Parts: sequence; structure tokens; C-alpha cells
Amino acid sequence: MELRGTDLGCVRGGRRVFDGVNFTVAAGTPLLLTGANGAGKSSLLRLIAGLIHPDQGAVALEGGDHELTVGEQTHYLGHLDPLKGALTVMENLAFWVRFLNAEAGPDERDRAEGSLDTVGLGELADVPAGYLSAGQRRRLSLARMVAVPRTLWLLDEPTTALDAASQERLDGLMRTHLGDGGLIVAATHGPLGLPGAQELRLGQLRLGNTP
Amino acid sequence: MSTLSALAAVFTRDARIAVRIGGGAMIGVLFFLTVVTLVPFAIGPDLALLRRIGPAILWLGALLASLLTLDRLFAGDHDDGSLDLVLMGRLPLELVVVAKALSHWVTTGLPLVIASPVLGLFLNLEPAALGATALTLLVGTPALTFIGIIGAALSVALRRGGLLMPVMVLPMTIPLLIFGVSATNAAVGGTVPFATPFTILCALTLVSAVIGPFAAAATLRHGME
Repeated sequence: MELRGTDLGCVRGGRRVFDGVNFTVAAGTPLLLTGANGAGKSSLLRLIAGLIHPDQGAVALEGGDHELTVGEQTHYLGHLDPLKGALTVMENLAFWVRFLNAEAGPDERDRAEGSLDTVGLGELADVPAGYLSAGQRRRLSLARMVAVPRTLWLLDEPTTALDAASQERLDGLMRTHLGDGGLIVAATHGPLGLPGAQELRLGQLRLGNTP
Repeated sequence: MSTLSALAAVFTRDARIAVRIGGGAMIGVLFFLTVVTLVPFAIGPDLALLRRIGPAILWLGALLASLLTLDRLFAGDHDDGSLDLVLMGRLPLELVVVAKALSHWVTTGLPLVIASPVLGLFLNLEPAALGATALTLLVGTPALTFIGIIGAALSVALRRGGLLMPVMVLPMTIPLLIFGVSATNAAVGGTVPFATPFTILCALTLVSAVIGPFAAAATLRHGME
């Protein structure tokens, strides 16, 4: 399984964020995106997810399911945690498990409960998500990725708001995912401590309009 | 089967949020009540006049109540990033939009229909007009939702909330208003039979149920760029 980006270019708000970006992500070797603020790390992740269209180039997941788009085989952990404050932790998670897992069986509830325990939120299952702290919200988003299997993980600053114990947990989750043959692309400022990680440094902020 | 289960999840999530936050059913009905109550004060104690324009007031009230609660339909999902996951997901976006629209109608449109006969009494409507108004609203409010979702999607795509949505959507609801009110008037004696405007109203609802989800989904896809 291999994720390949060829000659990718991206224009946001009339400004060329990056162009000519090439990368190959093989199973088991995570790709870390680094670069200054505004270098296009998040844009590249959203582009891989299919949320924005590339100005040039293409992204392909080789060895994936041909009937699905790259985005449909992907977990995207963005800056925002897609949670509803009025629903409980369990209801939020159960919704995403049901929504994302098209092949869900009757075990979805068990799976949701299991992944809540994995991220250490088991005791807060019946608390409305509106009362969670930023780190707990983050962990609830991680629980979604544990509960529903997806080939590719796109992580945008995954360690934001996480405490030391949770960062360790995240590290364990990422290693398990890589061990199972999964792919990871993560935008980060600090080292994530993953073995065999390759780095893609995105260019400096370029001012001015597109030619 | 799993698609249905995922769509049911969307429906119940939206319904739960609407009921718990109280932004849905109750606020819509209260707004409806306020509009209808204000009119007699503005017009004065002319019972005959109220009876004549009653159905129109009920329809206008339902129209406004339905639209004002639509504003946040996609904006909430956009603000917390849910919309990203929905766009990436394996479900067709059009079906997700239909599920959200149905959820909105059940939590805000249906309570308006149920409340309308009671509010009709305030306006001195006769029993036949009460029934006819409720029936036309039952058929017509889904169309309000399906037209309104286009505006709700546009307000997300253009990143402009507030009044933009009603300004864009209200003109599109004029046909509904015309045939809804004329059907009600026909029921209490008029030159045309009740069925004539009523079937046109039904047709408008069916057309909007087809066009609305596709237009809203297309708007959302382009707006996320």
C-alpha cells in the first residue's frame, strides 16, 4: 500500500501556497510535514483528504480500494474536533462510528465503548461533550479513529492540547496503526518520535499573487 | 442497510440536538405564536377582517418560523468540522442533506402544523379553515425546509450568516404562499375547488424535495473549496 502525491500545487485565496510537491508514503513509514506557519501543511493534508482540489498534480492511494476515493479511506484529524456539546461523549462517538463505518455490524456499540477506554474517556461516557476540556475533546476525536478502521491517517498537529500521558497513548496508537500496515501523514512542529519517519519540509511563505 | 443505519444516525443526531438545545421545536412554535399574536394588535378588533386574512397570517408565521430555525442547519456542522468528515465520508452528500432536512422538518415543521389549529382560533377562523390550514401546512412545510436548505448551504458556502439566508430564500417561497393560502381560502368557499390549488401545492413540494437536496449538496461541495 502506498500513498503517492505527484507534482502537487495549491492555490488558496489567490496565493500560491506550494507547488511541485512530490511525496511517497509507504506502509509503516510515516511522513511528517514540517515548515513555518503558512507553509501549507494543513492545506496539503486537506488536499490529500480531497477537501480542496489541487491546482495541479494528483494524489493516489495505490493498493487501496479502487471503488473508493482517497478521502473515503482516510481519517482526518483536523484542528477542530467534530463534537456536539449537547450530546454525551458516548452519543458523539456512537454517531461517528455509525456514520463512518459503512460496513458496521451490530458490535458498533461495543467497539465505541472499547475505543473510549483506549483513550481513557470510559468514565466520562455519559457526560455532555460540551463540558470536556480541549485535551479530552481531542481524545474523543482519537477514539473515533480507533473505533473505525481506515487505511490512511491524516493528522494535523495531533499532539495539540494533549497531556503527557495522552501523548504517550497517541504514540502507541500510531505505532499500532503503522504496525498493521497503515499509512500516516502528520503535520507537526515537534518530533513525534515515530521510528522510520521521513520528513517533508514545505517551502517558506511566499507573498504575492500567482503568476 | 448500513447506508440506512448511517442516515438514521444523522437524523437522530440532529433531532436530539434540536430537542436538547431547545433551538428547534419549542423556539419555532413560540416564534409562530408571537407573530400570530402580534397581528390582531396591529389590525385592531375587526373579527371579520381577521377571519379573512387569518390563513395568510398563519402561513406567513409558519414561513418565518421555519426559515429562522434553518439558519444553523449546516453552519453548526461547519463550525465544528463535522462537515469535513461528512464531505469525506462514503455516504452520498445528497442523502445526508435529505436526512438533515427530514430531521429539521420533524423537529420544527411538524410542531408548527400541530400548533396551527390552536393559533387559528386566535384569528377567529372557522373550523373548515382551521382544518384546511393545517392540511396545507402539513403539505407545504416540507417544501419550506427543502427550499430553505439551499439557503442554509449558501450561507455556509459564502461564510455569511444572519439575514442573508431569509433574503435569498423568501422569494423562492412565493409560489408556496400563493397556493397554500388560496387552497385554504378555497376550502371555505371560493370560485375554485379546494383540490385545484392543493394539488399544485403538493406538486411544488415534490419538486422542491428533488431539487433542494441536489442544489444544497452542490453548494456545500463548492463552498468548501
